[in-house]
Amino acid sequence: MISFFRSLVNRFFKNLFRGKRHIKLGIYGPPNAGKTTLANSICKDWLNEEMGKVTNIPHETREIQIKEKINIKSKDGKELTFSLVDTPGIATKIDYEDFVKAGLKVGEAKKRAKEATKGVIESIRWLDDMDAVVVVLDSTKDPYNQVNVTILGNLEARNIPVLVVGNKVDLRKAKLKKLQNAFPQYDVIGISAKYGKKIEDFYDALFVLTK
Amino acid sequence: MKKMILRIVPYAEIENLSSLGRIRKLLNIAKENKIVLLQGRLKNDEEEELIKTTMEEITPEFKGIEHSVINPDQNAKGIGKIRNFLLGNRTGFTIIGPASIVKDIKKNPTKIELLMSETKKGKKSKSRRKR
Repeated sequence: MISFFRSLVNRFFKNLFRGKRHIKLGIYGPPNAGKTTLANSICKDWLNEEMGKVTNIPHETREIQIKEKINIKSKDGKELTFSLVDTPGIATKIDYEDFVKAGLKVGEAKKRAKEATKGVIESIRWLDDMDAVVVVLDSTKDPYNQVNVTILGNLEARNIPVLVVGNKVDLRKAKLKKLQNAFPQYDVIGISAKYGKKIEDFYDALFVLTK
Repeated sequence: MKKMILRIVPYAEIENLSSLGRIRKLLNIAKENKIVLLQGRLKNDEEEELIKTTMEEITPEFKGIEHSVINPDQNAKGIGKIRNFLLGNRTGFTIIGPASIVKDIKKNPTKIELLMSETKKGKKSKSRRKR
C-alpha cells in the first residue's frame, strides 16, 4: 500500500518535471564503470572544465558532486539545461585491503573504505531527488551483477527515466551486445567516455530521455 | 579444510517480518559467515535497504556481502505469468554470502557460479549450480 502511494506521488512529480526545463540528471552505476570520466567529458564539452578526479582505484568519488546549469544543444537546435549529479559507485562490499593492494597505506585505505561506505549510502539517498538518470556500466564486465539490477529496479519503481550507457567500448573485451541482451527493456548505448567515442549518440539519447 | 555453511531460508520464515526484520535476519546470518539461500526474493526497496544497511555495518572484519537473485521464470508467458503474479516474491531464489567467503557471484539466465575466496593454500574453489 505504501509503495502504491509512493509510486502515485512519484508519478505526479514526474509529470510536473515534464514541463520543467531545468532538470537534475544523475549519473549512477557500480564503482570504476566510468561515471566521473563521463561527467568530465560532458563538463569539458559544454563548460570547458572538469568535474572530478579519475583514477584506477575504485571509489575515487566518495561524495556527491554537482555541476549546475549545463546547457547542451542538439544538431537541430534544441536546448537542454540540467544539473549534473555525479554519484559515488554503488557496491555491496568494500574491503580496505583492496585499496592497500592498489598502493594505499593501511591508514589511508581504512579511511577511504569508511568514506566509500558513506558514499554508497548518499548515492542511494539522492535517488529520490533525480529527474532522470544515466546508469553507467562497464561493458567489459558481467552485466548480470545484482547491483546493476537493483539500481535499475529501484529507478523503475520510482518512475525515473533511465538511459543505460555501456562504457569502455574502446576495449577489446567490451561486449555491448551482452549488455543490451541483459537489459532489453532499456535503451542501451555504447560509448567510450575516455576517448569521446559515440558521445554524440549519448547527447542525442539525453534529449530523448528528458523530452 | 575450510567449512562452508549454506543456510536455507524458506520464504515462510520471512513472510511475516517487516522489511527491517527481513534485512536484519538475512544480514545476521551472513555476518555469521554463512551463505543464505532464500526461497524467493526481497522487494526492490528492501534490496536497496539491504545495501544501505550493509554499508552502515562494514568494518575491517565484515567486508560486506555478495548478493544475487535468480528468477528463471521471470520472463514466463501465459500460465507461467499468472503463476508469477500469484506467487509474487516467492518465485526464484536469492543468494547472500559474506564477501569474506564469497568472492563473486556470476549468473546468466541458466547458470550460477559462486566464486569462493582463496583458501590458505592459495587455491580458489568454485561451486556451480546448474538449472
